[in-house]
Amino acid sequence: MDGFQPGGPFCRAAVARKLVRRGNAILCAVLTALLLTLLGLLLLPLAAAAPLARGVAAAVVHGGSLAASVAFAGVALAALLTGGALPQPLPLAAPFGPMLVALDALSAWFLLLLGLAGACSALFALAHESQAPPRLLAAYPLFLGGMALTLVAADGLTLILGFEAMSLASWALVAADHAKPENRRAARLYLVFAALAAACLIPAIGLLAGAAGELGFEAIRQHPPRGWLAALILALVVAGAGAKAGLVPLHAWLPLAHPAAPSHVSALMSAAMTKVALYVAARLLLDLGGPAQPLWWGVPLVVLGAASAVLGALRANLEEEGKTLLACSTIENVGLVAIGLGLAACFRAADLAPLAALAAGAALLHALNHAVFKTLLFLGMGEVAHGAASRHLDRLGGLIHAMPWTAACVLLGAAAAASLPPLSGFASEWLLLQALLAAWRVGDLMFQLLILAVAALAALAAALAASAMVRFFGLVFLGRPRTPRAAGAEELPGAARLSLLLPAGLTVLLGLIPGPMLALGGEAQRILAREAMEGRAGLFTVAVGDGASRYWPIGIALLLAAAGVAVWAAVKRRAPSVARDITGEDSARGPAWDCGFAAPPQHLPFGDPVTQPSAAGLGQPLRRMLGQPALAAREAVTMPDPGTVAPARLDAGFADPSFALLLAPLAAAREAVVSRTERLRGLTIRQSLVLPFVTLVALLVLIAWMEGGG
Amino acid sequence: MNPIAAVFTQLVHLALVLAAAPLVVGGIRWLKARMMGRVGAHPLQPWRDILKLLKKRPVLAENASWISRAAPYAAAAAALAALALVPSFARGMAFAPLADLVLIAGLLALGRVALALAGLDVGTAFGGLGAAREMSFAALAEPALLLVALTFAILAGSTGLEAIAATFQDGAVGLRVSLVLALIALCAVAVAENARIPVDNPATHLELTMVHEAMILEASGRHLALWEAAAALRLTLWLALIAAVFFPVATAPAGFAPLGWITGLFAWVAKMALLCLALAAFESAIAKMRVFRVPEFLGVALLLGLLGGILLFVSTRLA
Repeated sequence: MDGFQPGGPFCRAAVARKLVRRGNAILCAVLTALLLTLLGLLLLPLAAAAPLARGVAAAVVHGGSLAASVAFAGVALAALLTGGALPQPLPLAAPFGPMLVALDALSAWFLLLLGLAGACSALFALAHESQAPPRLLAAYPLFLGGMALTLVAADGLTLILGFEAMSLASWALVAADHAKPENRRAARLYLVFAALAAACLIPAIGLLAGAAGELGFEAIRQHPPRGWLAALILALVVAGAGAKAGLVPLHAWLPLAHPAAPSHVSALMSAAMTKVALYVAARLLLDLGGPAQPLWWGVPLVVLGAASAVLGALRANLEEEGKTLLACSTIENVGLVAIGLGLAACFRAADLAPLAALAAGAALLHALNHAVFKTLLFLGMGEVAHGAASRHLDRLGGLIHAMPWTAACVLLGAAAAASLPPLSGFASEWLLLQALLAAWRVGDLMFQLLILAVAALAALAAALAASAMVRFFGLVFLGRPRTPRAAGAEELPGAARLSLLLPAGLTVLLGLIPGPMLALGGEAQRILAREAMEGRAGLFTVAVGDGASRYWPIGIALLLAAAGVAVWAAVKRRAPSVARDITGEDSARGPAWDCGFAAPPQHLPFGDPVTQPSAAGLGQPLRRMLGQPALAAREAVTMPDPGTVAPARLDAGFADPSFALLLAPLAAAREAVVSRTERLRGLTIRQSLVLPFVTLVALLVLIAWMEGGG
Repeated sequence: MNPIAAVFTQLVHLALVLAAAPLVVGGIRWLKARMMGRVGAHPLQPWRDILKLLKKRPVLAENASWISRAAPYAAAAAALAALALVPSFARGMAFAPLADLVLIAGLLALGRVALALAGLDVGTAFGGLGAAREMSFAALAEPALLLVALTFAILAGSTGLEAIAATFQDGAVGLRVSLVLALIALCAVAVAENARIPVDNPATHLELTMVHEAMILEASGRHLALWEAAAALRLTLWLALIAAVFFPVATAPAGFAPLGWITGLFAWVAKMALLCLALAAFESAIAKMRVFRVPEFLGVALLLGLLGGILLFVSTRLA
């Protein structure tokens, strides 16, 4: 039952090599197919510019994106099953060397995730975005192609090219609805952070390439960085990839930008783009950074991941707009994946290879699971925004009656996000918690204390996420409609429903088969951790450590089902009419008791809205308990004097500390620098000539020093 | 592992806990009444209430959805599944390989989410109030529980309940300060998770102070019976968990051991009775807290968990 893949590691490696050799011809074809897909995506924007009817152009672009996403998923699955493809040069070359693409297991794992998220988003777009403006249609395939190019790049230049294409295209998508001032602000902030990511990643890749300027990943792997250079690269990559992934403290753009874009784009940004950034961090730090890094190499990712997880989950409990709430939940999940990646690096440094494989497996599995259920949640929210014409939690409610399919699918996604067994979110969080619980085996006392805090924070984040998801589902789908528009909501059949059913089914399926998925991603774990979870990930069970802790998802699902049937049968013995609980034809209905509140007056058909819990009301306990220290949450009640007719007011809100502590000082610093540099205008011609001369000399000195020292 | 013995102990365990669950609730109520100088209802009263309620047809609110109908079954099933995993009188039950502390926390979360969604379903003020408070308390209780699990994982090398119980029963662990801290933290979490005094008052009918009861205000008939049963199962689960981990005296070992089973059975009944007595005495001696003092209560549990972990790290270093 356990030995999903029999044979020792050596035998397996030999078999894998043989498979690679045999499959290389196929994989060349696979890689060609991948490149053709990429080329097709580059050509798709032309359809937006072509003189077609708008509906036709949208159908061509979204249909093409759907086909490309399915191709990505298929190619990635083929590569994962056969072992990956060797680097091949792109037909076009940069002035200083060929541009390489490859599809190893790590790339393929993330490409699979991109394909799944992209396919669901494209289905949704086919149903809902037939009237999308050309600026949206042109940027969407470029966004998809940029992400895929980043994932399959096998040299630094191609990686940066893909990453920047992804950033710029997604900026155009965020700015698509630029008539609204808040969207313009979000797009501007987004662009600043994209520029920051580029400004950090380009020097990082340059430093990794070293003085010889070898940009190919194979060459970089031969010369991993050491000493202060390694520390600098670590800082640059964490800042650059973290800014794109939404790691604290560089997360300020994410809750603004994701809601600004159309729903299928937010789904793709949340599910896939943040993962592409995490892929870049994993590739540069864990793969190219070399296996011989010290223990602290993984600590920044662990610390920032824990901070992101808690801050994101806490903010998700306070936000009052549906997509912003989901974006904050994305920050949380990105943090959890970052914890897993950082732990993998630490375990590898401490020579605990099986634990490193466990942490890497948990991170990769959580990335995939989150991509699927977050696509589902964003698309569900998009369906709600189309059906009920609002995304504000205080303007929705009771949609489970009007949109039953959407409600059922979103409930599955929310339960997975709340990490409830036996769904996908629980499987990967169980693995991550097991990695954290085993982390004390690293002998360093400071590291043990850090892990103790991180374990508590990860559990806090998981529980906060459950609270946020209950609040989200309860406010949107349960209760009474809060506006007439919400009462008249309706949902679309066809492709829109399929775009929700597909990820919902995958969420259930991935929850039941974490073992086979870990086995599928074994080579990807080997790239990150130098070892895979072989023999520990069986068909039915996942074992960690020395095999004492196990997770049997199918067994748990069966046990829950059996318990449900047993409860039902026990109730049926006493109450013959129990079948009505399933068919729903329960005749005994009455007004809600509500502790004896009087029925609402005639002119309020759905009851008085203020007697129903609001978004702020459901967030109140956590705002008071945790919001004040972490998010500077405030609550002020203004009571009018007795005798006056002024209304009493409750003013509640919070401020993300990253604005006050990071962005405001940066803005002030920029002002200061600008006013200083204004003085350059007043220089004489002699002084103006001195400036480039000094710069030139300084650069030459730098080069001489780097060649001498490096 | 002897499969027949495993299945047999599992079946006896299920029958035992199902019979015990309403009795635990009724017994605590009876003990509390006695301590307060009242006669008190018969300990079997909750059992009778559940049987009576099961026969009644529920009245649902006009705008109740299928969530209101399905949630009681989901919560009861989750509680039953979790309780099937916690060892009572014997180790080596059929489901023992599934029994993992983190998984049990997940199953409890499943039941909690079902309860909170049922509270929000009709859109009444009290349901929402209770749901928000319940989920917030859980957010503070879960980290404390995980830190306790961390202490166990360090000592037993696993989060599997079977391995933890076996390690603690062997006595190889000895008496440790960390374990005392873990016990206090676990008891605080148990009090919060079961909505007992001082976090919540299970007997209150003052709406503003309710947490658990506020969410099931709209439930009636067999749905209410299921909610009551789920709450009783959860209380039994927590007491059984504490008994299995911290007081593993006379628990029968895995395999075929008829004599051990009988002693284990009596020992388990005695342990549960003592825990009920302790809970009743604690509840009688203390007053309910203000809702916003609860975070401090659970924060203490969290800090004790942290302290237990730190002491364990330092002591393993010194040893």
